[in-house]
Amino acid sequence: MADQNRGNRPLSPHLTIYRPQMSSMTSIFVRLTGIALTLGFVMIIWWLIAAASGPAYFDRINGLMTGWFSMLIWIASIWALWYHFLGGVRHLIWDMGYGFDLKTADLMGYIMIGGSFVMTILTFIMIGVCS
Amino acid sequence: MSFKTDFQRVAGLGSAKSGAHHWFGERLKAVALIPLTLAFLCIVAPLVGASHADVVAAFQNPIKAIAVILFFLVTFKHLEEGLQVVIEDYIHGKAALLTLLIGTKLFCWAFGLAGVFAVAKIAFGG
Repeated sequence: MADQNRGNRPLSPHLTIYRPQMSSMTSIFVRLTGIALTLGFVMIIWWLIAAASGPAYFDRINGLMTGWFSMLIWIASIWALWYHFLGGVRHLIWDMGYGFDLKTADLMGYIMIGGSFVMTILTFIMIGVCS
Repeated sequence: MSFKTDFQRVAGLGSAKSGAHHWFGERLKAVALIPLTLAFLCIVAPLVGASHADVVAAFQNPIKAIAVILFFLVTFKHLEEGLQVVIEDYIHGKAALLTLLIGTKLFCWAFGLAGVFAVAKIAFGG
């Protein structure tokens, strides 16, 4: 190699030798839910374009969007949205320099997991009450 | 102690001097999305299964239209920046990296602006 000096850089331990931790596992799921939410983003915009296009096209798309398969995607998306939301708040807390001790970091992980399910149920209760 | 390799030092590669600004922008959008996501859910969730007339009536309320437009604008930039980070972390081939980064940007702009246009069209009466 021409570039023998690779710089005085620290080398991260490789992922495969890590024991899974609450903080790392909940963090990777923030990424995964973020990627998955792309689908919900596209679907909600498609639905709005249908609403802007007029009643005939809206009824067709609305039928598709409230079918059982779409409802599965909506339920998953609303859970993913709450998980990503709570995970994002945790990352903002970390960015401000708080919550790095193991106890707090683990506690925030449990709050994210539990909170995402609780908030999903609350969201569907809200949908049920309103419609 | 320098973290740079000899080649980087000679070629003058390194910080583009815009990292802190980019980092701060990512956080700013994330903070903005806390109230905007809550507003979006409160506005859109009740419209599940609603008729066309109800959906149109909801977005003709200026507060609701503005909140949803703001949500789309911030979300599509947040999505673009988030997907950029993921792609940069896991894709290493130069051609694949560039293709995915450009594709992601075009995709996010297209859907973000489509969402804004749809809400604006309904809000302005159509």
